[in-house]
Amino acid sequence: MLPTLLHEKPKAVDRVMQHASGDKRFKILEVHMKKHQFKHDALIEVLHKAQELFGYLDDDLLLFVAYKLKLPPSRVYGVATFYHFFTLKPQGKHTCVVCLGTACYVKGSAKVLAAIEERARIKSGETTPDNQLSLLTARCIGACGIAPAVTYDGKVAPKQTPQDALEHIGKWI
Amino acid sequence: MQLDDLNAIAEKHKSSRKKICLRSCMSAGCMSSQADVTKKNLEAEVKAQGLEADVEVRRVGCMGFCGQGPLVGVDQNGSHGLWEFVKPEDAPAIVGALKGNPCNVQRGDPNHPFFAKQMHIVRANGGIVDPERIEDYIAIGGYKALHHALTEMEPAQVVEEVTKSGLRGRGGAGFPTGLKWGTVAKSPGSKKYVVCNGDEGDPGAFMDRSVLESDPHLVLEGMAIAAYAIGADQGFLYVRAEYPLAITRLQTAIKQAKQLGLLGGGIFETPFTFNVDIRIGAGAFVCGEETALMASVEGKRGTPRPRPPFPAESGLWGCPTLINNVETFANITAIVSRGGAWYAGIGTEKSKGTKVFALTGKIKNNGLIEVPMGIPLRQIVEEMGGGAPDGGKIKSVQTGGPSGGCIPAEYLDTPVDYESLTKLGSIMGSGGMVVMDDSTNMVEIARFYMEFCMDESCGKCIPCRAGTVQMFHLLEKILNRQATARDLAKLEELCDMVKNTSLCGLGQTAPNPVISTLRFFRKEYEELLQPDPFGPRGNGEAPKAGLATK
Repeated sequence: MLPTLLHEKPKAVDRVMQHASGDKRFKILEVHMKKHQFKHDALIEVLHKAQELFGYLDDDLLLFVAYKLKLPPSRVYGVATFYHFFTLKPQGKHTCVVCLGTACYVKGSAKVLAAIEERARIKSGETTPDNQLSLLTARCIGACGIAPAVTYDGKVAPKQTPQDALEHIGKWI
Repeated sequence: MQLDDLNAIAEKHKSSRKKICLRSCMSAGCMSSQADVTKKNLEAEVKAQGLEADVEVRRVGCMGFCGQGPLVGVDQNGSHGLWEFVKPEDAPAIVGALKGNPCNVQRGDPNHPFFAKQMHIVRANGGIVDPERIEDYIAIGGYKALHHALTEMEPAQVVEEVTKSGLRGRGGAGFPTGLKWGTVAKSPGSKKYVVCNGDEGDPGAFMDRSVLESDPHLVLEGMAIAAYAIGADQGFLYVRAEYPLAITRLQTAIKQAKQLGLLGGGIFETPFTFNVDIRIGAGAFVCGEETALMASVEGKRGTPRPRPPFPAESGLWGCPTLINNVETFANITAIVSRGGAWYAGIGTEKSKGTKVFALTGKIKNNGLIEVPMGIPLRQIVEEMGGGAPDGGKIKSVQTGGPSGGCIPAEYLDTPVDYESLTKLGSIMGSGGMVVMDDSTNMVEIARFYMEFCMDESCGKCIPCRAGTVQMFHLLEKILNRQATARDLAKLEELCDMVKNTSLCGLGQTAPNPVISTLRFFRKEYEELLQPDPFGPRGNGEAPKAGLATK
């Protein structure tokens, strides 16, 4: 078993490194790791940067990070899957995040979400088949004073009604 | 950097101030309604109307009245005014109003009970200083407390002052801060850390976000004083990734403080060195728990571990670590500069000082309030909050988020302090206060929180991992009118078990919303129950015929 593992491992890394050499974004990511002196405890920061550059974390990217930080891939994968913020699947062109914090919930954000789900024909956490829209929910974005809040492509919109939300995503799908 | 240099910066900045100041709120809430465009328009309009010599437009942090935002404040001839619901196109009218022209933008009342009943320590600079300019903070006396601590006090004296103040942890549990600092200071080891917990995960709470966005230097100064008191030279600020504005403002603040030598090596030409790094969370509620937070700072999965050893003895990388909440650190500057005895004079016997609450939900006046401890809940909800909107009746107030409970309307006269809230089965928590009116179904609220805890359980210990799922399903069953009294009994049994056997705070408090709604709103649960086809358990009654087929 051991020889197989030893034989397999360099191959996977080789593949990733070869792949990585062609993409400038890997270079940027490596510079970012260098800024953190390739420290193990910078893993979450590095993954944030990786997701910012690539949009999502695929297996090759995680292997690259693991190799560069000299961490076991299991550790990198474990961290990437533990935190809600990291996504291992590609996201749609636009994102719509409905806040489901208590204040928003009490003021009817569930209805907003249901309206969007019905219109886009996807559930929260999914992406439309044409990759136009990813629908997500947030635990609380701290905008409780203007509840219910919905984030469209990173911009928070205050006091949303189902009509407002449908109007907004109507432009995308 | 010496005290003279600090004073020189303050003087220089003060002299550059203009007669009239328009303060434009640039906090996340108002920014979402184009406050940034409003500010630009105001600046352009001031130029256009030729008022540049007298009027300045300042970017400020949160003014608190978020529900009425975007807000623009004005300081003119020593009086303060406020405009509400300002839109970018209102800029000409507002600037015109400075000259006495009529203006139809809605005016806010700075003497409204929402403002008048407040007492500001933590939020003293919110809505006044520019969070992205360190000079603004220095001009109102910033970093003087740090200078005072470094040059005129021994570390032990700082700890003593904090102990004297009676300050308790603002993260929710209410552990005496002075005691914690003393323990870390006494722990052996040359390397110690200060960690600021800005992982404000409770849904319905946004005090920490507001403090970090409006006054980042206040927190940094508090952390530096803490580091001096316990003998640490490295700090970490853990902030949620959901607060991008807070993160950028903190980064700016740290950079500026370093440039002026207020962070880094040899602060105020003393041997004291302190560096702060920002750690960005990645969306895990459990990371608000201190041991999980430390794992996350180390770049690992944020799972808690059993205590003891407490972080004060063995924390980050095995070194003694001081972990406090954002709001706790924000109180330190005032305590050091005005003395622990002054602080201890505010509040009740066991809960000192003030507390910031995020007043949200079904209430007229939404926003952030800072009130002295011990204020009756009724004053907060009815006078400051203005009661329920649209003629609704307040049914209960939820405090403490998913770890807290609901306080029914008949207990509104309860003073708000750690002990009184605990007695009612709720907790102070980090400060979320969600008001619910009579249209809210309490069982649904319990299910909402249970779903939250179920999703956020890290999965390390079984009572929390499996228990929350079972409780959630039971609540679903009750809401779907499929449950019997037997299920309710099972739910109560599970609550007890999860509460007493979970590893960390998340699991131990997860049943709280159910327990508290059961305590005060049991009727709502019972109304949803179906008759038990097999008869109530254990009383020997025969099963009621025919019900099973119904």
